[in-house]
Amino acid sequence: MAIPLSYNFRNLRVRKTTTAMTALGIALTVAVLLGILAMVAGLKSALQSSGNPLQMIVVRKNSASELVSQVGREAISAIRFKEGIQKFPDGEPMVSPEIVTVMNLPRKNNPEGANVTIRGLSNGGVRMRPEIRMLSGRWFESGQREVAVGKSIAARFVNAAMNDSLRFGRGDWKIVGVFDAGKTAFDSEIWGDLNQIATDFNRNEVVSSALVRAVDPISLQALKNSMADDQRLYLEAKTETEYYAAQTTTARPVEFLGMFVAVIMAIGSSFAAMNTMYAAVARRSREIGTLRILGFSRGSILLSFVFESLLLSLLGGLLGILLVLPLNGLESGIGNNLTFSETGFDFRITPAIIGIGLSFATLMGILGGLLPARSASKADILAALREL
Amino acid sequence: MRKYIPFAFKNSLRNKRRTILTIASISVSLFLLGMLIAVYHAFYFRAAPPEQALRLVMRNRVSLTFSIPEYYEPKIRQISGVKEIVSRSWFGGLYIDNRPEHFFPRFGTDPERIFKVYPEMKIDPEQLKAFQSERTAAAIGKTLAEKQGLKLGQKITLKGDIYPVDLELTIRAIFGGTADSSDNVMYFHRKYVEESLPQARKGQVGTFAILAESAEAVPRIAREADEMFRNSDRQTKTDSERAFQLSFVAMLGNVKVFLLSICGAVVFTILLVSANTMAMSVRERIKEIGVLRTLGFTTDKVLAMIIAEAVIIAMLGGLLGCLMAFALVQLMGSAFQVMFGTLRMPPVVLLISLGVAFAIGLLSSVVPAYNASRVPITDALRHVG
Repeated sequence: MAIPLSYNFRNLRVRKTTTAMTALGIALTVAVLLGILAMVAGLKSALQSSGNPLQMIVVRKNSASELVSQVGREAISAIRFKEGIQKFPDGEPMVSPEIVTVMNLPRKNNPEGANVTIRGLSNGGVRMRPEIRMLSGRWFESGQREVAVGKSIAARFVNAAMNDSLRFGRGDWKIVGVFDAGKTAFDSEIWGDLNQIATDFNRNEVVSSALVRAVDPISLQALKNSMADDQRLYLEAKTETEYYAAQTTTARPVEFLGMFVAVIMAIGSSFAAMNTMYAAVARRSREIGTLRILGFSRGSILLSFVFESLLLSLLGGLLGILLVLPLNGLESGIGNNLTFSETGFDFRITPAIIGIGLSFATLMGILGGLLPARSASKADILAALREL
Repeated sequence: MRKYIPFAFKNSLRNKRRTILTIASISVSLFLLGMLIAVYHAFYFRAAPPEQALRLVMRNRVSLTFSIPEYYEPKIRQISGVKEIVSRSWFGGLYIDNRPEHFFPRFGTDPERIFKVYPEMKIDPEQLKAFQSERTAAAIGKTLAEKQGLKLGQKITLKGDIYPVDLELTIRAIFGGTADSSDNVMYFHRKYVEESLPQARKGQVGTFAILAESAEAVPRIAREADEMFRNSDRQTKTDSERAFQLSFVAMLGNVKVFLLSICGAVVFTILLVSANTMAMSVRERIKEIGVLRTLGFTTDKVLAMIIAEAVIIAMLGGLLGCLMAFALVQLMGSAFQVMFGTLRMPPVVLLISLGVAFAIGLLSSVVPAYNASRVPITDALRHVG
């Protein structure tokens, strides 16, 4: 027969200070873990562009990112004539040569500035990314010194809002639009006309990459192969999904640090929970004796104490979740070692993360409760009853 | 006071399991705190080698990804107070493959000057000569040699990305760094890279490292150098080397807030654990305290004894934690590369951690000890634990 659960609830309530302190310790441990996981989740979703499964990014062989890649204009012309590339309604192939470069821009809370990515592309390149929508204003016009900025740039940098002017390259650029790229890394980019940007940065002969859309998955594979085999072009094509998956390595050190911190804090908190539970057992040895005399088995006593510990840690876990909830949606930025610029992201507390927090708390509760519960169940009835 | 310490010590042993669990809990938390403080220290307080105070770094004003012309060099040299100058161009590229363990910084540079501007990189004169006299020679730091298992005379290939060229290099020198500067780096002749570049891309360098004659001259040189190129199409930004490095730290995002909030959570958690233990331990002992008071111990003495006990427990945990952190950093050493060098555990970090442990012992016991010492003797004696 099991001991009623209300027994455990009441016990926790009677020792409110100890319960509160232990639970708070567990709460902080869970909060640290979840805070870091929320950061990693936000960062990963920013780095993983949804992308079109038929689209690929063509860079120079061995280039880990567009930033370090160089593709000659003649190679772009060669790509345009390849088979299996989708066409725009006007018959032009869907090949968007793009220049990616990095510029230092003063940030609102950091006058020293942070690096941001500037992308020069043509109107076709914009049309190949229909998932990006304009929040206000319009796209840049070709031949004009105009740029559109991602919403993260507009929010985080000085003079980067609608109708402001940015000074880079050989002069001022008017911001004519702010776009929303659905929290992907594009939100942290500045987009302008390919040829204007090429001229300003002396990059007329080479671009960084080309975005290419295939007609179907078979042509996609054929295109990839033909680029890899062409020694003369010396190019490499990755699907957008592949390309952005590689970028998530940026999140790895944070993830590692987070796990390291959380595991060690969990060990510390388990010890603390163990302490609390041992004290609970010691103070209640007479009660335990009485329960045994009433006919509750050793097993029910073990279960009851493990349950109490679990209750304690779940209380801590819930508290921890409440503590991190305000972080949800918090905007921050992190340096991306591949694009050499800052990627803005939001902290994201997903149901999965909440689940992890609760299971983590459960684990701590079981680890901390098992030994004290065992010692409670092992107690000798007569000795327990005689104790003060 | 001293004669009460054994008493406090004995008291901490009365419930061995609890004391051990508390010490274990505090020690793992302080181990973590020690590591975090060490990382923080490495980011923001790393003692710079004395040579660093004399150096400046010049980059393109737009950003580090843009080059500056080689011909700026003789002009910069004319600024008074400039002792030596050398270019360093980030090569990027691939060594073996793009896995992170094969990544290390590699620069094209001027072999005649690089070791003059960076005198803390100690190199054998014979090896220096070998490095300088061979067009395809490379010099690597000791840490890099150990990590990648590279030896003198070994040939290695770097596949270019930023530069459309593959380099076939032979390691001709292994130099040692100083305690706090990274020697996880490779240098080779910039001329070798230059030879294979198309005409349009020749004559460009990544950054200039400038060695000043005195630390006082550094800010003035920075100003004058930037002023010199203000009206050219390639404007520059010159900073002290320290400021240049800190700009990389800033690029990582808000590391400061991130580390400090974790440290804060860790400290607060230990405080809770310790306070909880002390409260439990004092609660059990109210009767004893009544006895002590009856024997003539003043409330202050009782208070002091309980606090001493908490401090002893916290300090034991702290010592153990610091020891673990120290051992880990000693053993794993070069596995933790923090920005510009390996992670270290300087004495100041250990002192801070122990200070935190002391403060935790003190703070966690003040309230329970105060309450216990103020309980009226008669109530205390009647108290049932």
